[in-house]
Amino acid sequence: MLPDSRGYFGEYGGKFVPETLMPALSELESAYAEAVADRRFQQEFKRLCRDYIGRPTPLYHAQKLSEKTGGATILLKREDLAHTGAHKINNALGQGLLARCMGKTRIIAETGAGQHGVAAATVCAMLGIECIVYMGTEDIRRQASNVYRMKLMGAEVRPVTSGSRTLKDAINEAIRDWVSNVGNTHYLLGSVVGPHPYPMIVRDFQSIIGRETREQVMADYRRLPDYLVACVGGGSNSIGLFHPFFDDENVKFVGVEAGGTGIASGHHSATLVTGRTGVLHGTKSYLMEDEHGQIMETRSIAPGLDYPGVGPEHSFYKDIGRASYVTVDDAQALEGFRLLCETEGIIPALESAHAIYHAAKIAAELDREKLIIVNLSGRGDKDLDIVNDALGISI
Amino acid sequence: MKNIASVFKQNHKALIGYITAGYPDIAATPKIAAVLAENGCDIIELGIPFSDPLADGATIQKSSHQALLKGTTPKACLETAATIRKSIDIPLVFMTYYNPVLNYGLEAFCRDCTRAGIIALIVPDLPPEEGIELGEITDKHGMDLIYLLAPNSTPERIKAVAEKSRGFIYLVSLTGVTGARDSLPPELEDFIKRVRARARLPLCVGFGISTPEHARRIGSIADGVIVGSRIIDLIDEDSTFSSLKSFVSGLRNALDSNGKI
Repeated sequence: MLPDSRGYFGEYGGKFVPETLMPALSELESAYAEAVADRRFQQEFKRLCRDYIGRPTPLYHAQKLSEKTGGATILLKREDLAHTGAHKINNALGQGLLARCMGKTRIIAETGAGQHGVAAATVCAMLGIECIVYMGTEDIRRQASNVYRMKLMGAEVRPVTSGSRTLKDAINEAIRDWVSNVGNTHYLLGSVVGPHPYPMIVRDFQSIIGRETREQVMADYRRLPDYLVACVGGGSNSIGLFHPFFDDENVKFVGVEAGGTGIASGHHSATLVTGRTGVLHGTKSYLMEDEHGQIMETRSIAPGLDYPGVGPEHSFYKDIGRASYVTVDDAQALEGFRLLCETEGIIPALESAHAIYHAAKIAAELDREKLIIVNLSGRGDKDLDIVNDALGISI
Repeated sequence: MKNIASVFKQNHKALIGYITAGYPDIAATPKIAAVLAENGCDIIELGIPFSDPLADGATIQKSSHQALLKGTTPKACLETAATIRKSIDIPLVFMTYYNPVLNYGLEAFCRDCTRAGIIALIVPDLPPEEGIELGEITDKHGMDLIYLLAPNSTPERIKAVAEKSRGFIYLVSLTGVTGARDSLPPELEDFIKRVRARARLPLCVGFGISTPEHARRIGSIADGVIVGSRIIDLIDEDSTFSSLKSFVSGLRNALDSNGKI
C-alpha cells in the first residue's frame, strides 16, 4: 500500500520541509494513524459525512448530455451537491476532526478558487476553531463570492500579494504561518500535495468519492465503468475518484489539466503533461519550472487548477501508465461549462467544466454501452462573473 | 583556502553573514562580500535566489525576488562565487532551496561549487531524511552539507542531525521564518544547551539576529552567529555601505568583547 513509510509513491513524495515542521508532520502522522484505528473517530466522520455534508452524493445519469455527444453513457458524480458546493468539504471535515483530536486551537488554510477556503471556514465554524485562510489577491478578485462566504462564517481571509498572487503563493504564506505558529496550529492543506502525510491523508478522506461511486455504479449498472474522468489541479478530486479503482485494470483513469490559453502560448497549468520532476511545497513531484529550477507562473480560467505542482500520487500514476493526463484549454472549458448548463440544467465549476468537456469528447467516439463517470467536483455559482465576462452575457 | 573547521578556533566566535546573490544586482555582490570580509565576517553565506523561498520572511523574499527579476541564475551565482574567491579567502557557502540544486543536477552542482570555491551548502527545505543522496555527493567532493535544528526538534532529531551535519549545525533561534526581530526568544539558551549535550559540532545560531546585543548574548553560549535580513536591509540604506560596515564591525566587536567585560 502506497505511500511507503517515508511517504513516497515510487520516486515521488517525501518531506522536503524546514526542520521546524518535521516534528509537526510526525505529530500529524501519529494522530492520523490513531484516528484510522479509532472506531469513534470513524463513526463521527461517517455520521457528519451523512448529516452535515449530505453524503452519499448522487451518481446521476446525464441522459441529455450523453445523447448530445451521440456516444457513451455519461454519469456524473455529484460532488457539487455536497455541502458548500464542492468535494473540498470531505477533506476539510476529516482534517478538522483530526485538528480537534490533536488539541489545536487554530486552523490555517490556503485557497485558490475559494472552495477549500470555504470548506475550511465551514468546518471551523461548526467545530468552534479559529480559522485563517490565505488567498492570492488575484483569486480574491476572481472569486469574490467565496471570500464573502468565508467571512460570513467567521474566517479571517489574509490577502497574499507575492508572486503570481494565486494558489502557489497562498501555500507559501500558509507554510510560513505554520512554521511560525506550529505549536497551536494545524495546517489544513486542501489538496493531495505538500509533504507526507498530507498526500495520503487528503487522498484517504477524498476516497469516499470513489468508494461511493463504485457501490452506486455496481448497484445501478451491475458493472464497473470504462472511464473515470476528473480535472487535476493539485489533484484531490481526481485521486478521490480514482484511488478506490486502482486495482481494476479495465477502468481507465483520465486526468484533465488546465490548458489555459493553449500549451503553445506557455500560459497554462499543465504540470503532468508538460512538466518535469522537482520539489515544491514539501513534495517531489512533476512541476512547472524554468531551465534554472525556478517555479513558473501558471494560468487557467479556473483558479482551482492554477497551480504549478501536482500531487505525487498522480506523478506516480503517470509514470506507471495507470492514468493518462490530457489538457483542456480555457475556451474548451467554457464550452464544457455551457454544454452542461444547456443539456442538464447543471452549472458546473469551471474546474469541473474541464472534465466535462473532455468526457463529452471521448464519449462521442465510443458506443452507448460504454460507461464514463465524470467527477462533477463543484458547482459553478462562484464562476458566474468570470463566465459572463468571457461569454459576453449581460443582464 | 580555509575550511569551515578552521573558523572555529578557541576563544573565537564565528560571524557568518548572509547576502542574496544578485541583490541589488550581480555586480554589487562581490563588493558587498568584501565589505563583510573586511569588517569581521568569518564565513559568507551566499544565497542563490529561489522563486518560492518558504523559510524566508519579507526581507529575503524581496531580495530574492529582485535578484530573480535581474536575471540571477544558479550559474551566475557560481561565477560570482568564483570572482569573490579570487580576492577573499574566508569560507564561502551557498544557501539555497532544494529545487534549483536538483534541477542543476546534484553531481554537476557540487562539482561546479567545488570549482568556484564553495565549500558548503545550507538547504533549509532538505531535512536529513531527504538529504542522503546530496550528503553522499557533497562528502565525495569534500564539501560540507550543513543541516538545521529548530527549538522544537526532538532529542531523536537532534541526535540524527548531529550525526549527519558537516561543518557546523545551524540552529534556528525561533519557530518562524527569517527576518530581523527586536528580541530573541527566552528559551534560546535552553535550546542551545539541549543540542550541545548531544552534538560535538560547532553550533551557529541564525534567524532574527539583528543587533550587537543579540550577537553578544548568543556568542556567550554558541560558537557563532548568522546574520542575514538585517544585512540585506542595510544594503538598501546607502550605496557606500557605510552603515553596513559599522553594523558588521559592531557585531564583530560584540562577539570579541564577550567575557572581556
